[in-house]
Amino acid sequence: MSAGPDGITHAPLVTDEDVVRLRKLVRDEMVALKFTLIEQTKMVTAASELARNTLRYGGGGRAELSVPMRAGVRGVCVSFIDQGPGIADIDLALTDGYTSGGGMGLGLSGAKRLADEFELDSAPGKGTTVTITKWKPF
Amino acid sequence: MERIPILKLGRLLLVTIQVDMHDRLAMTLQDDLTTRIVKDKATGVLIDISALDIVDSFIGRMISHTAAMAKILDARTVLVGMQPAVAITLVELGLSLEGVATALNIERGLALLKRDEE
Repeated sequence: MSAGPDGITHAPLVTDEDVVRLRKLVRDEMVALKFTLIEQTKMVTAASELARNTLRYGGGGRAELSVPMRAGVRGVCVSFIDQGPGIADIDLALTDGYTSGGGMGLGLSGAKRLADEFELDSAPGKGTTVTITKWKPF
Repeated sequence: MERIPILKLGRLLLVTIQVDMHDRLAMTLQDDLTTRIVKDKATGVLIDISALDIVDSFIGRMISHTAAMAKILDARTVLVGMQPAVAITLVELGLSLEGVATALNIERGLALLKRDEE
């Protein structure tokens, strides 16, 4: 999968296999930018959690991957976008151990801890977009 | 259907996960292992994850549940070969794999299970 003219790589998140493919896509990008193995592992794990959320709770959607530059620092940024039911209580959804779907309730909160930046945009009936970024340390 | 092979070694079951598992595959492995414990009268299960470069909450939960089910069926589970980066990430994710015995590699895991048998 190659990046489009806008520098964004689009990946579908509709099946279980799509989650595996996205993990590989994020891993390859982290390797290409020479992130350490630990940073790679954290970002791929966070991406896996969020991709699963898109699939299970958002009814499927897509991911967008980009490599932004800020103040001379490269990063890897992944957005998870669905048009699902949205999240009514974001604070509750971000609480460790809270789950609405029989999981462990670590997906959102865990991904937030594993990424450098975490942004959640959601409202009931409006779908959910979660964006995580990892910046390459000097 | 795609499956992870389970090897029988005396009264032990050995699983080496060598592919990046999607969720259905992980659930199939959990079901297969539980079935095989009873069918093969196994007393121990060794799960080698040295080839896995991530363990997320779903796979972590599958491992915890498998160990809990095995325990009820009178078999002990030992998880071996976790990569350091995976261990660091798991703890930060908030997963402690409580109730799952671990060993550094297959050799030590087998020693742990054999000691139980005696």
